[in-house]
Amino acid sequence: MTVDVKTTAGVSGIGQTGRILYDRESRETVGEPFVEGARMTCRGVNVYYGDKHAIKNVALDIGRNEVVAMIGPSGCGKSTFLRCLNRMNDTIDTCRVEGEITLDGMDIYGKEVDVVPLRAQVGMVFQKPNPFPKSIYDNVAYGPRIHGLAQNKVELDEIVETSLRKAGLWEEVKDLMTHPGTGLSGGQQQRLCIARTIAVSPEVILMDEPCSALDPIATSIIEDLIDELKQQFSIAIVTHSMQQASRVSQRTAYFHLGDLIEVGDTAQIFTTPRHQLTQDYITGRFG
Amino acid sequence: MISPYMIFAAILLLTSGAYVIGRKRAFAVAGDRAGLMQMHSRPTYYGLLTAMWCGIPALVIFSAWSVFESGIITQLVIAGMPDSIRDLPPDRLNLIVNDIKNLVSGNIVSAEMNQTLRAAADHYRQLQAISSAALTVVVLALIMIATTMIMRAISPSLRARNQVETIIKWILIACSTIAIFTTIGILLSVLFEAIRFFEKISLTEFLFGLKWSPQMAIREDQVGSSGAFGAIPVFAGTLMISAIAMVVAVPIGLMSAIYLSEYANRRFRAIAKPLMEILAGIPTVVYGFFAALTVAPMIRDTGLGLGLDVSSESALAAGLVMGIMIIPFVSSLSDDVINAVPQAMRDGAYGLGATQSETVKQVVLPAALPGIVGGVLLAVSRAIGETMIVVMAAGLAANLTANPLKTVTTVTVQIVTLLVGDQEFDSPKTLAAFALGLVLFIATLILNVIALHVVRKYREQYE
Ligand SMILES: Nc1ncnc2c1ncn2[C@@H]1O[C@H](COP(=O)(O)OP(=O)(O)OP(=O)(O)O)[C@@H](O)[C@H]1O
Ligand SMILES: [Mg+2]
Repeated sequence: MTVDVKTTAGVSGIGQTGRILYDRESRETVGEPFVEGARMTCRGVNVYYGDKHAIKNVALDIGRNEVVAMIGPSGCGKSTFLRCLNRMNDTIDTCRVEGEITLDGMDIYGKEVDVVPLRAQVGMVFQKPNPFPKSIYDNVAYGPRIHGLAQNKVELDEIVETSLRKAGLWEEVKDLMTHPGTGLSGGQQQRLCIARTIAVSPEVILMDEPCSALDPIATSIIEDLIDELKQQFSIAIVTHSMQQASRVSQRTAYFHLGDLIEVGDTAQIFTTPRHQLTQDYITGRFG
Repeated sequence: MISPYMIFAAILLLTSGAYVIGRKRAFAVAGDRAGLMQMHSRPTYYGLLTAMWCGIPALVIFSAWSVFESGIITQLVIAGMPDSIRDLPPDRLNLIVNDIKNLVSGNIVSAEMNQTLRAAADHYRQLQAISSAALTVVVLALIMIATTMIMRAISPSLRARNQVETIIKWILIACSTIAIFTTIGILLSVLFEAIRFFEKISLTEFLFGLKWSPQMAIREDQVGSSGAFGAIPVFAGTLMISAIAMVVAVPIGLMSAIYLSEYANRRFRAIAKPLMEILAGIPTVVYGFFAALTVAPMIRDTGLGLGLDVSSESALAAGLVMGIMIIPFVSSLSDDVINAVPQAMRDGAYGLGATQSETVKQVVLPAALPGIVGGVLLAVSRAIGETMIVVMAAGLAANLTANPLKTVTTVTVQIVTLLVGDQEFDSPKTLAAFALGLVLFIATLILNVIALHVVRKYREQYE
C-alpha cells in the first residue's frame, strides 16, 4: 500500500524568535514522523465516530526503545489515536478506522489478524482507571492467568509482586491483597491499572495520561518505570504535562483537532517549535 | 343541583387561577428587577404557594365531605321515618335503606313501592341537595379566606420556596406510605383469618402434616370427607413446579441476556428485545391454555411412547410453561444489570488480551452476578405466586411425590379452589385458604427482601 506523505507546507512568515513558522491555517504535518526500523508504523490513518472525523490522515512511527509523547488540547484525538494502535476502537460500534497500521511489519487491521494476541503484545493503560471488581491480587494476576504466564502459584505471586513494586504500589497494598481493587483511591487505582498492564509484559505500551491523578512522588516512580521499560520496549504516552513529556520522551507529537500538526525530537519541539499552533500550545496561548 | 364533579372542577380551576394571581402579586410586591432580587423566592414559588393554600384545604374538606356525606344523610333519613320502620332489625333496615338509595338513583327497587318509601326518597334527595349546597359554600369560603390570607402574606421576606418544598415533600411522603399501608393492610386481613383457622387446626398439624384433603363433612353422617390440613404436599408441589420453572427460565433467560447485551449487533437487538417483551405481555391465562392443551398432551404422548406413566396434568407441563413465561422476566432483568457493567470494565479485560468469552465469563458476569441473583430471586417469587397456569395445567390432587410426571397441586391453586363458589366463611376449609395465603405471603416477602437487599448491594459497587 502506498500512502502519500505530507511534507511540503506553506511557509508563511517569520516567528517572534526569528525562526520560520508554519502559520495557524496549515494542517500539514511538520517535522519527521518516521524513524529507522520502527516498531509500529501508521500511514494515512483516519478515524470516524459516525460522521465525526476524529483523526485526519495521520502518519507516525513508534521506534524501538523509544518513548513517544502525544500532547495537544483536550478533545484533539490523542486517546482516539492511541486506541487505534491496539484496536481498542473495535469495541465502539460507531467507530471506523481507515489507513494502515503495522506492528513489526504486520498490518494489524489485516483480515487474518487476531486481536487477542495483538492486545497482549500492545498493552494499554486507560485514561480512566478501570480496575475489575475483584481483589487487588486478582486484578494484577488476571492477565498472566489468561495468557498462562505462570506455571504455579509461586510464579504468579512473583509476577504480581514485581508488577506492583514497579508501579510503586506494593508497599501500600501488600497487606490488602484480598481487598477489592475498586476500594482503592483514584491514584492507587491508576497505579493498580499500570501494574495490571505491565504484568503481561507487553512489547508496546500505550499509556493514556497514566499520572493524571498521581502526586509528584508516585509520578516520579512511574516515570522511572517508563525509563526502565524503554530499555526493552516501545512506549506511547499521552500527557497533559509538558514537563512530563520532556522528562520521559525522546520524541513528541502535537495533535490539534484531529490533525498531527508537528512531530520531532522532544527537545526541539519544546525549545524551537516550527508550527505556530505548537508554539501557541507550549507557550500556553492555547488549551 | 350542584354535582360533586362540578365542585371538584371548580376547585381545580380556582387553584390554577390562584397560581396566576399569586405570581402576579409577587411581581407587584417586588415592583422592579431590583425588587425581584430582594424577594426571598422566585415569583413562581409565590404562585405555587398561593395555589397550594387555595387547593389543598378545599380538597381535604371536599374528600372528607364525600366520604361521610352518604352515611350522615342515611342516618338523618332513618331518623325521619316512622317508628315502625326504625324499630326493624338491622338487616331488614339495611334492605329498606338500599331500596331508598336505589329509588333516589332511579334503579329498580326490590320491595313494592309505598308511600313511606317514596317520602323517604324525597327526603334523601332534599338532604343531598342541601349537603351539596353547603359543601359549595364551605369550599368557596375556605378558598376565599385562604387565598386572601396568603396573598396578604406575600412579601419579600416570605420563605415561599421552603414552604412549597416542605409541602411537596409531605405529599411525596404520603404517596409512598400508601404502598406501605396497603401491604400492612393485606397482611393483617390475611393474618386475622389465618388466626381463626389456627384456632381450629393446630399450627404444627398444618405446617408438618403430610395429608391435604380439605373437604369436610357438612352433615354428621357423611362419609369419606374427614378434612386433613397437612400443607406439606401443597408446598412440595409449589416447590417442584417453581423449581422446574426456574430450571427452564434461568439458563435460557440468562444466556439470551448475555447474547443480547454482549454479542448481538444493534439490528438484532432492536428486533429481539421487543419480541421478548411481547412474550412478557401475554396474559397468563393464555399460557394456561398453552400448557393444558398443547404441552401437557405432548408430554403425555411422549411419555407413553417411552413407556412411562404420565398423568394428563403433570407438574412438568405446568413447570415448563411457567418457565417460558418467566424467561423474559429473567432476561430483561439480567440484560439491565449486564448493561450496567461499565464499558471501561470490558475495555480493561480486552486491553489485556482477553477474548470476548473470557471477558464475559470472568469480568462481566462476576461484576453483574449480585444483580443477576437479585433478578432470579424476584423471578422465583413470581413463580411461587403464579396461579393461572397451574390452575389450568397442574391439577388438584395433592400428591406428595417427587415424580414430575404426576399430578401435583400448588398453594395458589388450593387457595383458588377453596374460595371459589359458595362457601361458608367460618369452616376450616375456607379459612385454610387464608393460612396458605399467609405462609405464601411470608415466603415471597422474605424472598423479595433478600432479592432487594442483594440488588442494592450491587448498586454500590462501582462508586
Ligand atoms: N466513543 C466516542 N463516540 C463519539 N465520539 C467520540 C468518542 N470518543 C471520542 N469522541 C470524539 O472524538 C474526539 C477526540 O476524542 P479523544 O477522546 O480522542 O480526545 P483526547 O485528545 O483524548 O482528549 P482528552 O485530553 O480530553 O482526553 C472528541 O471530539 C470526542 O468528542
Ligand atoms: Mg483522552
